[in-house]
Amino acid sequence: MWPASQAVYQSLLVEDAFGMSSQFVWLDNFIELFEDDHYIKTFGRTLFFSAMVAMLSLSVSLVLAAMADRVIRGTGIYRTLLIWPYAVAPVVAGALWVFLFYPTTGIISTFLTSMGYEWNHQLKGNQAMALVVIAAAWKQISYNFLFFLAGMQAIPKSLIEAAAIDAASPAKRFWTIIFPLITPTTFFLLVVNIVYAFFETFGIIHVVTKGGPANATEILVFKVYNDGFVGLDLGGSAAQSVILMVLVIGMTIFQFKYIERKVEY
Amino acid sequence: MSDSSTKGSSQNPSHIRLKGVEKIYPNGYKAIHGIDMEIEEGEFVVLVGPSGCGKSTLLRMVAGLEDITHGEVYIAGRKVNDLEPSQRDIAMVFQNYALYPHMTVYKNMAYGLKNLGTPKDEIDKRVNEVAKLLELEELLNRRPKQLSGGQRQRVAMGRAIVRKPTAFLFDEPLSNLDAKLRVQMRLVIKNLQARLGTTTLYVTHDQVEAMTMADRLIVLKDGIAEQIGTPMELYDRPETQFVAGFIGSPAMNFIEADLSDDGNTLQFGDTKLPLKEKLSNQTSKITFGFRPEHVTLSDSGAMSLQVNLVEHLGAESIIHAKLGDSPITLRLNGHIDAKNGDTLKVDIDADRYHFFDKNAGIRI
Repeated sequence: MWPASQAVYQSLLVEDAFGMSSQFVWLDNFIELFEDDHYIKTFGRTLFFSAMVAMLSLSVSLVLAAMADRVIRGTGIYRTLLIWPYAVAPVVAGALWVFLFYPTTGIISTFLTSMGYEWNHQLKGNQAMALVVIAAAWKQISYNFLFFLAGMQAIPKSLIEAAAIDAASPAKRFWTIIFPLITPTTFFLLVVNIVYAFFETFGIIHVVTKGGPANATEILVFKVYNDGFVGLDLGGSAAQSVILMVLVIGMTIFQFKYIERKVEY
Repeated sequence: MSDSSTKGSSQNPSHIRLKGVEKIYPNGYKAIHGIDMEIEEGEFVVLVGPSGCGKSTLLRMVAGLEDITHGEVYIAGRKVNDLEPSQRDIAMVFQNYALYPHMTVYKNMAYGLKNLGTPKDEIDKRVNEVAKLLELEELLNRRPKQLSGGQRQRVAMGRAIVRKPTAFLFDEPLSNLDAKLRVQMRLVIKNLQARLGTTTLYVTHDQVEAMTMADRLIVLKDGIAEQIGTPMELYDRPETQFVAGFIGSPAMNFIEADLSDDGNTLQFGDTKLPLKEKLSNQTSKITFGFRPEHVTLSDSGAMSLQVNLVEHLGAESIIHAKLGDSPITLRLNGHIDAKNGDTLKVDIDADRYHFFDKNAGIRI
């Protein structure tokens, strides 16, 4: 509570670059932000980034969970392997992906280059964006996988068997029975993933791209850091974090309100 | 049995046929031991046995939900061992109904037809027909959770009927209903099956359900078919002691007895029971069985029992008594005035004796 209230207070001040004096300016910081093209762009970029992360990690983990749900032998190993990434710290995860994609020495970038595709995320904005999306999504797959798998295993087996007798192919069973029945889980994970992409990907971005090249991967949390601790605009930075705080509160309320809808078997 | 009988159902009346069917789980556990059985077209056959006897497993093997380790299963003349459940042209009603919770009653019933690519107006026609048959018309737009247990049960049956399958498979469909509804639904299912004339394989652990519904029943124990026959055959002439004890309620009384050397009398405790016909067995150790209802009170009765407890059901009385150390149950018409400690003299209907080898449990 104390840091949060300090952030709110700070967001109403303008401070000089050396922190010697500060002036109370009411909402000027916020007005400035919303008039700033750069900030609006960052906002859009963040939305794009989190949508991509959520979509990628949700779809990959959904496929993995669907596969795990059908596995009969070796479930333990399969699940453990899939859960590992969650135990990796964001910075370490970011470092891993940097190594893999490092323009001159990375395994994947070398492979891509040999295939005739020029990879350099340090120069190309959209490649940088793709890389941070992949790295961020990868980290979240384990979490989503666990929830999806739990959701699928809560579906009574006889439902799937009934569908099999009702001449539904495995794919059809998945889309017409399993997927609709795990909607509450999907919805919950969607919110969690968006929140994750918004707020918890700082470490990955810091290690992989530092928001670059040319701000191509600068999302809102990164801009808070950049403006506040690099640009030393503490008031503006605080105002941004207040906006983020409002977003989190909003999403949390949204989730609590709608997540309670459960499917009954 | 000649090989030609396996081809085409036209010359072969058996509609579902199991030939040496076995189930062995990967851990080596043998759940089903070589079952042979023929079910005729339109027949209502009940698989009955205590829990864990493998009856559901056997049904699921016919449905295609479990692999068949050894043996063959034929449905309508086709060998179905390697066919998917959907290709076997069967419909199944599950114990928990397995209705799709996110679909309306209509969609639940239409789902299978839709997957088979049936035209929309045909689906509509059939679903409405079946809904009318099962009095579900008012409920077509409801979801399963808005229905009562009995209604869900009817929807589950509707979903099976609407497909017009060649066989119905029921897996303990009534066990989630309360007693009164169960008796009602028993009749509904039986009538419906007779009307549609669809071959039916029905699994239950409830012997009353089995007796009342079946044309023929199969008593299963530890994966072995103990006996296959009509309800009355099983009641009158159980082939094993297990079947004798399982069919009938209250259960048959068993007394361990010794057969005299000449095979003409049976002795247990102080009682000597002369036999109408000479009995021969390898050993003299015999299990003597008689049903609680095949007993009459008589002052000159051959057996005298110590009464333990009397249950008055109105139309009849169930008397729990003891003969020496063996517990004996009697089922007598009307109100029997007896209380704990009384001695009752009874005669057993001599035509209704059952004898089993004590060790093998097989009828003599």
